[in-house]
Amino acid sequence: MPAPDQTVLARRGEIVAAMRAIVPGEGVIDTPDGLRPYESDALTAYRQPPMVVVLPETTEQVAAILRWCHANHVKVVPRGAGTSLSGGALPLADGVLLGMARFNRILEVDYADRLAVVQPGVTNLAITRAVEDEGFYYAPDPSSQIACTIGGNVAENSGGVHCLKYGLTTNNVLGVEFVTIEGEVLRVGGRGLEPAGLDLLGIIVGSEGLLGVVTEVTVRLLPRPETARALLIGFPEVEGAGRCVADVIAAGIIPAGMEMMDKPAVHAAEAFVQVGYPLDVEALLIVELDGPAAECSHLLEEVETIARANGAVSIRISTDDAERVAFWAGRKAAFPAAGRLAPDYLCMDGTIPRRRLPDVLTRMRALSEQYGLGVINVFHAGDGNLHPLILYDANKPGELEQAEAFGADILRLCVEVGGVLTGEHGVGVEKRDLMPVMFSPVDLAQQQRVKCAFDPELLLNPGKMFPELHRCAELGRMHVHRGALPFPDLPRF
Amino acid sequence: MADAIRPDSADALAAIIADTASDGTRLRLRGGGSKDAIGAPTPDARIVDMRGFSGVVDYDPPELVLTVKAGTPLAEVQALVADKGQMLAFDPFDHGAMLGGADGEATIGGIVAAGVAGPTRVSRGATRDHLLGFEGVSGRGERFVAGAKVVKNVTGYDLSKLITGSWGRLAAMTELTLKVLPAPRLRLTLGVAGLDPAAAVAAMARAMGSAAEVSAAAHLPNRQGSPLTLIRLDGFPSSVEARATIVDRLVDGIAPLADPEAAALWTAIASATDLPAGVPLWRIVAPAAQMHGVIASVTGDWLMDWAGGLLWLASPDDPQAIRAAAERAGGHAMLVRADAAMRAVVPALHPQPKPLAALEERVRRAFDPAGVFETGRF
Repeated sequence: MPAPDQTVLARRGEIVAAMRAIVPGEGVIDTPDGLRPYESDALTAYRQPPMVVVLPETTEQVAAILRWCHANHVKVVPRGAGTSLSGGALPLADGVLLGMARFNRILEVDYADRLAVVQPGVTNLAITRAVEDEGFYYAPDPSSQIACTIGGNVAENSGGVHCLKYGLTTNNVLGVEFVTIEGEVLRVGGRGLEPAGLDLLGIIVGSEGLLGVVTEVTVRLLPRPETARALLIGFPEVEGAGRCVADVIAAGIIPAGMEMMDKPAVHAAEAFVQVGYPLDVEALLIVELDGPAAECSHLLEEVETIARANGAVSIRISTDDAERVAFWAGRKAAFPAAGRLAPDYLCMDGTIPRRRLPDVLTRMRALSEQYGLGVINVFHAGDGNLHPLILYDANKPGELEQAEAFGADILRLCVEVGGVLTGEHGVGVEKRDLMPVMFSPVDLAQQQRVKCAFDPELLLNPGKMFPELHRCAELGRMHVHRGALPFPDLPRF
Repeated sequence: MADAIRPDSADALAAIIADTASDGTRLRLRGGGSKDAIGAPTPDARIVDMRGFSGVVDYDPPELVLTVKAGTPLAEVQALVADKGQMLAFDPFDHGAMLGGADGEATIGGIVAAGVAGPTRVSRGATRDHLLGFEGVSGRGERFVAGAKVVKNVTGYDLSKLITGSWGRLAAMTELTLKVLPAPRLRLTLGVAGLDPAAAVAAMARAMGSAAEVSAAAHLPNRQGSPLTLIRLDGFPSSVEARATIVDRLVDGIAPLADPEAAALWTAIASATDLPAGVPLWRIVAPAAQMHGVIASVTGDWLMDWAGGLLWLASPDDPQAIRAAAERAGGHAMLVRADAAMRAVVPALHPQPKPLAALEERVRRAFDPAGVFETGRF
């Protein structure tokens, strides 16, 4: 992270007082004990208590906080529920942590236009809970949906197991109100299907808190499908499972979810939850189909035929919802199951073209041996999003560093085969330094100029996403030719 | 108008843009020219013909990803994916006939630059939801890439969203990566006659909010003398059949229409070609439940797509009045077709509130600091 600014640290008392003037009562936290719960998000390998935590309740307060911080050149890190797996909400020692948890109201549900207007601190699952009696739901379902907030989902463009069919957050948000670092309250998008001008909403979603602070979100609601059924399919080799996935899609079927687990993941999950997963297979597929009952039974048959043609050795089809949920229980327990295999694990999040899966898994096993660290693989097979879980023990000196190096090698491998560093968890601090693997200096400079259009002084969530923060004035001048900066060895200030 | 330049490589394009940035000339990016008649005339701008960038780069149907050069004709792209049983799910359409020309000239780059999406946009997402990545040249004359060639990616800012619908004002796209989806085996159109606009919107909302998985819904106020409301169901035959019974329960008197007439209706709805040609054509996007308010306060001929969320309006009314009506409904109005004199004074895109317009301006300068692409067209 950027080195703390000593002059800002020296002004801590003044900054806390200014925050108290804006947010009265218990909305400002500055005691060591009070700050500790905020020192990390779900990427717990990184910890840093913030200078002060502020928990505003109104858009006006958010605007006043940002206006003051902008005028006084104080950095701001926005935070939702703190469930980021990439360190998106990691605080700064010299920064204000702006917690949005008190923005927890559902403001309006409009069934005619199938949308809900909610505050950013509302949890992902709470939206579905509020509308399910009317037969609707909010589609993106990150695994942390019981805790993660919609504001955090907007920042990270969160996904979930159903995004091949229903999209990520960006495909399910119609509009937001947000506050700029200068304290200006703006609305982009709205309740209609298209914005009037540039699609600024599209750039704010997934911007990891670097462009503005979202204070209201309008989400699209979908009618709940009539039925959902799942198949549990075991394969004697990964290649067959990979071909099965490709053939399902080639047959014109987009399943609601299509998940793959490798043998170590199957064993870990089964030992943890005992749902009857077959233990003698190299790869296990869960394929969920939703829609009218007639469609589901037709597609179940088609998928079963495709699976057999690709050498499936075991196939179970859910007969009721309890059985479908049981199929998923093992997959959903993969992370805690990994927690029983080793004291710590790192969850990676690369995406690859699916056709490269067998090759990538083979090379990942070789890396596992090279680093002497175990890895288990769960995989959103439909969209090529890998979640290798690297097992390590943080108490053994050097093992965290080894695990991180292993993870970085996996992500480099993903990019090398034509994929990306992150499919749904975000760059944050975790993958920040790997950005040049995927993007040239010119590509990164172009992205950073967008940042400069919103936040020219780089006060919002600095240290995330970009490996180096160039001053905006410098970006305006810098000319980059064929991917090489002029005078690359010259220091830049 | 100066001669068009037709670069055939991204490096050549970059050199042209870099040179232009220093001499004050403005560049108007053009694909097939099917949308030339949108926006203010730009007599002084130099045209860059992007059709030198043509052809398929990579297409692997089971990956659901297509990479194609930006100047490739839309019709060619659609035929390519249709041949593999797939589609561009945002339902793009050609503006040629709508604007008094011929269909067949539109390029995929122009479609993305204009964010063109047809009737199934209401269910399957907009153009921006299907652009996974691109390569382009910024107004600084620098080649850059954004996004990627896989269907799921959150690495870095999502510049693909920003470039879609930016009308050539950020960068010249040279290569696009699009998400493609399986095409439905069956398309069934159901129709009901006689509903007034409010009742039609309500009926479409009931269907959209049901488990019938409606893929498109539109309303024509005067189809051979009577209003006609259309609901389309796409998918596997057994599924479409089951869902038709759901719609049947929700909308009294609705019944299947025969193809190919039904298919022709959707084509005409997408490009509003049945509306009178001699009057200005507006495209109004607003929440469906509010659209009847717009209809009540304007004159002229119209049709509703996107279950009422899109109004095509052929109207001689005062532009200010039309835009005010759209704003009252929580929406905005784009002037799509008008004579050159009107286009010279009435902006095509709905003016934004000042602070938002200022932010947009800064974002445009982030790509194009010298305003090479600011031709005055928008």
